[in-house]
Amino acid sequence: MLTIKNLHAEVDGKQILKGINLEIKRGEMHAIMGPNGSGKSSLSSVLAGRENYTVTQGEVLFDGKDLLEMSPEDRAREGLFLAFQYPVEIPGVSNLHFLKTALNEIRTYHNLPALESKEFLKLTKEKQQLVDFNANLMNRSLNEGFSGGEKKRNEVFQLAMLDPKLAILDETDSGLDIDALRIVASGVNKLRSADKAFVVITHYQRLLEYIVPDFVHVLYNGQIVKTGTKELALELEEKGYDWLKEEVHQKESV
Amino acid sequence: MSEKSFYEFISNGVPGPEQKVNADNAIMPARKLAFSRFRELGLPTLKTEEWRYTNIQRYLKDAFTLAQEEEGTVTAAQISTAGIPHLDSYRIVLVNGRLQTDLSQIPANGKVTISKISDAAGNTQLQAWFDKHPHLQSQPFAALNAALFADGLFIEVSANASLDKPLHIIHTYTASANAFIQPRHLVLLHKSATLEIIESSLGLNDTAITFVNTVTEVVLEENAELWHYNLQSTIKNSRHLSHTSTTQKADSRYHHFNFTLPAAEMTRNNLSVALTGSNTETNLHGLYLATGQQHVDNHTFVDHLVANCNSNELYKGVLLDNANGVFTGKIHVHQDAQKTNAFQQNNNLLMSEKANINSQPQLEIYADDVKCSHGFTVGRFSDEALFYLRSRGIGEEAAKSLLVNAFAFDITDQVHIPALQDFLAEKIRQYVAGAINN
Repeated sequence: MLTIKNLHAEVDGKQILKGINLEIKRGEMHAIMGPNGSGKSSLSSVLAGRENYTVTQGEVLFDGKDLLEMSPEDRAREGLFLAFQYPVEIPGVSNLHFLKTALNEIRTYHNLPALESKEFLKLTKEKQQLVDFNANLMNRSLNEGFSGGEKKRNEVFQLAMLDPKLAILDETDSGLDIDALRIVASGVNKLRSADKAFVVITHYQRLLEYIVPDFVHVLYNGQIVKTGTKELALELEEKGYDWLKEEVHQKESV
Repeated sequence: MSEKSFYEFISNGVPGPEQKVNADNAIMPARKLAFSRFRELGLPTLKTEEWRYTNIQRYLKDAFTLAQEEEGTVTAAQISTAGIPHLDSYRIVLVNGRLQTDLSQIPANGKVTISKISDAAGNTQLQAWFDKHPHLQSQPFAALNAALFADGLFIEVSANASLDKPLHIIHTYTASANAFIQPRHLVLLHKSATLEIIESSLGLNDTAITFVNTVTEVVLEENAELWHYNLQSTIKNSRHLSHTSTTQKADSRYHHFNFTLPAAEMTRNNLSVALTGSNTETNLHGLYLATGQQHVDNHTFVDHLVANCNSNELYKGVLLDNANGVFTGKIHVHQDAQKTNAFQQNNNLLMSEKANINSQPQLEIYADDVKCSHGFTVGRFSDEALFYLRSRGIGEEAAKSLLVNAFAFDITDQVHIPALQDFLAEKIRQYVAGAINN
């Protein structure tokens, strides 16, 4: 579904991604871990189309289409979703109006008619219950005055509503207490299916106890330096990243 | 006159009121007084403090006809284009300031009078209030209007009376050649009367330039309440200068909304409220959205003359393309006006590198037990907010209009008429889309 080949990117003239290779197939759950500043969030930003990043080399194919050529909105319409690490507060735009606009723009792109209000509300109720999102927050301004946990849960609610093919969760676990973490994880698990893929970016193994990945990748210094299964996450939790860093430096010096 | 600029013509050559209007008119003495006041005041230049950012000479350099006799006609079909969808109202149609009874739905309510101001000249209430507002006395264009206005509306609501739905006043302007049009209105609400007014405008002729110099006087007697919406959206070849001057007696409530939208070349609004009785409430809301080469200037003045009055002012501006905005908000709290609450805020969103805003709050406070504040901001779009919306599949155009509507929300949310709220949201969407696709 997503093929990343030799992806290099920079921001403000500084090289951040230095040759990422990754293949993601339908139904898979990938976790990307790594120390601070390794390029995890940069990878998600480049994939979603954040404008201050410049791709200097490599390519990304999304179901055979050149992802990097597309505007951010077209990437979303093609089925890519980024759950933000820091969801933005937009006073004056109601959560529901925002979702309706997004959903209908995506439908228009696929030559589908806009949803009737009734259908939209039905869908909203269904998804809100599925991911256990507080109904009172839906009519409020987008993320305005939401707690950290409510914002993250709103990201998962949007994910449920927009129903993308590939969802990237950028440190969705950061700032969540254990109860909120469980709710968010259970929401994500309910959305897993054979035709969808997920990329979970996280610092900690804790989230992966609830969302069990098929693959774990370690990003360090702009490259994927190790790929394994869920056991790799446990190993990292136990031993930290230093042993991996040393391994990388040894390889480089050879 | 055709060779001369109109600015020079009205500065030096314009004949006085007795030459032009019916000399029997009961308000002729007031017109004559105003004319001599106009002569004394003279026209503003860029050196005049209140006109520093609006070069009015530039907008008066063309040749205009002083439209006094010109009737102008308008059809029902043309009027229907000025409608606000789903708005249930009494429609009042004016052409160049003259009431068109055949196109209007004047409420058959014995408690509310709606007539031509010329027909009401004998009304003692009109005579008592006409051109009396203190802030009009120093305004040359208001004086010119009083001296030479063609016609306008007189609206009087009896004590304790109200209407079951708003009045929608549609001002249409049409002229075969460049015209200087001067409407004059007076709205008088007696004790405990209430009214909702929506004013909107329709320009019909794109080839000739119309310069509209309007004066509206509003008088709210004790405990009266007026919701006053002014929607300024007309054609490019029009220039609008207005004075809205309100007097509030004790316990009265005045809610004024000013929406300036494309595409008039120049708009200058002078809104002033004199609080002459205590325990009044004054809410002034303004939204200006300017595109192209538009120049939009809002001057407001809240005059706290007595104690225990509350005023609250919020003006927001969205400036696109090469648009130029001016906001000057003055609050004067007199020595006797203790326990005054007066707040003022002006926020601006610049959506282009070439757009510009000049904003100056002016607070003059001579009482010591008051709560007053003012603030001014100017900002650009949050790139992060725009990216967030786009990352959800919302196109750039729709995302920007969502953000502009969000910015305007503090104002539009205060509008008490849902049809008008929807209309404004849709207009904002259209104009933002138009500016982006330009």
